[in-house]
Amino acid sequence: MDYTKVLSTKLLSIKPSGIRRFFDLANELEGVVSLGVGEPDFDTPWHIRAAAIYSIESGQTTYTENQGLLELRKEVCKYQARHFKLNYSPKDVIITVGGSEAIDIALRALVNDGDEVIIPTPSYVAYEPGVILAGGVVVPLALTSENEFKITAESLLACISDKTKAILLNYPNNPTGGVMNHEDYSQLVDIIKEHNIMVLSDEIYGDLLYEGTHASLAHFEEIKDQVLIINGFSKGYSMTGWRLGYLLGNEALIEEINKIHQYVIMCAPIMSQYAAIEGLKHGDQNVEMMRLEYFARRNYIVKAFNDLNIKTHTPKGAFYIFPDIRSTGLSSEDFCEQLLSDQKVACVPGTAFGETAEGFIRVSYAYSIDEISIAMARIKQFLINIGYNT
Amino acid sequence: MKDEHILALIEKKANYSTQDLATILQEDEQSILEKMQEFEKEKIICGYHTIINWDKTNKENVAAIIFADTTPEQEVGYENIARKIYNYPEVESMHLMSGKNDFIIRINGSSMKEIANFVATKLACIDGISATSTLIVLQTYKSNGFIYSQEEDKRERLLVNP
Repeated sequence: MDYTKVLSTKLLSIKPSGIRRFFDLANELEGVVSLGVGEPDFDTPWHIRAAAIYSIESGQTTYTENQGLLELRKEVCKYQARHFKLNYSPKDVIITVGGSEAIDIALRALVNDGDEVIIPTPSYVAYEPGVILAGGVVVPLALTSENEFKITAESLLACISDKTKAILLNYPNNPTGGVMNHEDYSQLVDIIKEHNIMVLSDEIYGDLLYEGTHASLAHFEEIKDQVLIINGFSKGYSMTGWRLGYLLGNEALIEEINKIHQYVIMCAPIMSQYAAIEGLKHGDQNVEMMRLEYFARRNYIVKAFNDLNIKTHTPKGAFYIFPDIRSTGLSSEDFCEQLLSDQKVACVPGTAFGETAEGFIRVSYAYSIDEISIAMARIKQFLINIGYNT
Repeated sequence: MKDEHILALIEKKANYSTQDLATILQEDEQSILEKMQEFEKEKIICGYHTIINWDKTNKENVAAIIFADTTPEQEVGYENIARKIYNYPEVESMHLMSGKNDFIIRINGSSMKEIANFVATKLACIDGISATSTLIVLQTYKSNGFIYSQEEDKRERLLVNP
């Protein structure tokens, strides 16, 4: 059967993920050293795993309230206040299946056919398909390395039209590691207010910040009711496989969005929710331990790339660096493909995160320093092999 | 540079070079070197040991945990008697405890006979030791924060993901 005749045009318009292609290439080889993953290398702390095991042992295997266990939503609010000085109440929270679901239901709740959603690029790979599936039109806002991948008032204004519905942003950022501080955001507040733009702020890396304090557009009271925060447990708590995230926003808005969640998902898995309660109550120390470890790795890997004469900014958050490989004369795709076939090191071409990231590669440092050190030795050999002046 | 940060790093990985530590902590190498020397002088850093799972080698190895009761001495308390015990190279670690027993001592030897010999001819003969109870270690699951089980190494992340 020719499925292109039956599949939705929205789905067919979505391109296969550039990451998927690299995954397939890397999987065909033996002995690959990867710097290509977007998930922590730490095991979920044992006290969190133990809480989930106990919840199963004690028969907690039912559905929960659609919005999630009240105790968990209370803990999420306490956490937001404790870590980020943001005040929300349990009615402002939906516990979702990963941050991914939170992004999806927020987009579907807001976007009508033809509505424009501004996405600063390079961006996380799920944003664009999410907008398309919701019927929206993506308006890319090109970020530049010269500007540390930050959004400026001018760049935002240039993307706004009478169809603009929302902006979907992510700081600390995957793939660049870029961070917006309070001052940076303050330049955008009047524009967002004046044009009535909804803000979807993916703050999943909010705990993994190495300088200053985490900033959010929700800190600005005048636009707080226009902001939906996406967050979760995957990164800070090293809980990717538990698939648990949440959406935070004004109660009236959350109540509407919850209609999608309740009919499509029903509720997030209860054992993951009990695990997260334990994490939020007693896990701050582990989060800090992991943050310090990432900080050490960041400093190590940034220096290692710069020592090889590959220009690499020191990102202030997340666990990625975004080296500028234009000086090698190779495209992002060619660099990553040749590095993989020549030295069996897997990185991800910047272009997997948007065409504007040509000339860059995403390198994850969610690896031990020993692993990073092995990968860097191979990268050095690759650069020598292509005649690059290291 | 926070002292705890440098100590936390080398507690997990003793073989960092000072150059790597300088990079990681964004300090110059000289100040890292001076800091390490200071830690060593102050006995904050007491050594740089390697964790070896001897069970995976051909070397015969037996470890025992010994509970020892003593009669503390006037004025010096447990110090003299402790010194007489911990100076034996067979003693790997030793603690003064609250509770029923005074000392917990872990010793290593190459055979049961060697362990028995140590307890009977050395430890039990020390003045002030009133009783000992020796327990043989059957298997070590975790030592110095390191889990020995290979099950822990079997998990694999995807090579590339978003």
